[in-house]
Amino acid sequence: MVSPTHFIAVAVLLFVIGAVGVLVRRNAIVVFMCVELMLNACNLAFVTFARMHNALDGQVIAFFVMVVAAAEVVVGLAILTSIFRARRSASVDDASLMKY
Amino acid sequence: MNHHLILAGPAAETTRLLAFWVLAILAVSAALGLVLARKAVHCALFLAVVMLSLAVMYVMLGAPFLAFVQVIVYTGAVLMLFLFVLMIVGISAADSIIETIRGQRFWAIVGGAAFAVLLSLVVAHATIGSAAPASAQFGNANLTDLAHLIFTKYVFPFELTSALLITAALGAMVLAHRERTGPKPTQRDLARQRIASGRPAPLPGPGTYAQHNAADMPALLPDGTHARESVSAVLTGGATAAGPDAVDRTEPGALPAAPAGAGQEAGEQW
Repeated sequence: MVSPTHFIAVAVLLFVIGAVGVLVRRNAIVVFMCVELMLNACNLAFVTFARMHNALDGQVIAFFVMVVAAAEVVVGLAILTSIFRARRSASVDDASLMKY
Repeated sequence: MNHHLILAGPAAETTRLLAFWVLAILAVSAALGLVLARKAVHCALFLAVVMLSLAVMYVMLGAPFLAFVQVIVYTGAVLMLFLFVLMIVGISAADSIIETIRGQRFWAIVGGAAFAVLLSLVVAHATIGSAAPASAQFGNANLTDLAHLIFTKYVFPFELTSALLITAALGAMVLAHRERTGPKPTQRDLARQRIASGRPAPLPGPGTYAQHNAADMPALLPDGTHARESVSAVLTGGATAAGPDAVDRTEPGALPAAPAGAGQEAGEQW
């Protein structure tokens, strides 16, 4: 019997893995991918809760999360390419101009 | 389509259980691969595996519309965008293995474990009920019911997303636009340049008479040597498609002369 708890457990695991990836990786593109992984985990939780409460609102919210994530990726990757054009590096450690 | 997956029955239940475990193991191991893989392209492919298994999970949870959106928008559009940017940034754009902050990796993993414990405690304390009995809104009527909700209850957020998308498209255009710093070379300039370079013939194409016809195999010259210039510089990692004037626009002193992760410029990049 697959209960909603199973899916929530998978969502928790994926979210934690994404969070560790954001902290560990230093290539900005891979950091972005880990953020996407966290958003996907949230979506899975939303869809599971929609199924559990027998209401479609969770699915609508997951849909909105997808829209916002798509917009975020577009702007984020555009910022990355412009940073890369100026710096020749995609590492988050090299964008430290404000520090000095 | 997914009605028979939701409807109860001992055989359907076993199928669901089997599908869940296969998908869960696939998704979690691909997510681990995303964090652990050294090459950014491999990370993108692992992310595709995670997204596709999540799409199948959505079908199991009675969200066929979201499953298709997941495949089309995420795996189709977002992931292709990631791969295109990887091609622009250079296939070898990668992390250096050297830690710039001492113990960062260790403390990140400790923090991640603590976070996992916290979230598991929250989930364990919450009362997560069983799935509601199957109804049409998680089956054949999913799309129409979702449309009703979006255009009645959630119509204002829906309009806001259109503003967000327009802003994002404009922002991406402005950010990715590059001003030409010099005049555009004419055909005459290009012809002069080619004659002056001492090599008027075009460069050999990759894979010509090579061992494979892949784009990263150098062509074989008549004397049996490899023509290294036949492979695109983006693939070899020596240069990128950012253009020759990319470095000139950097302010002097903005780039650290020798960053702590000195592997950035050295051959060993990931």
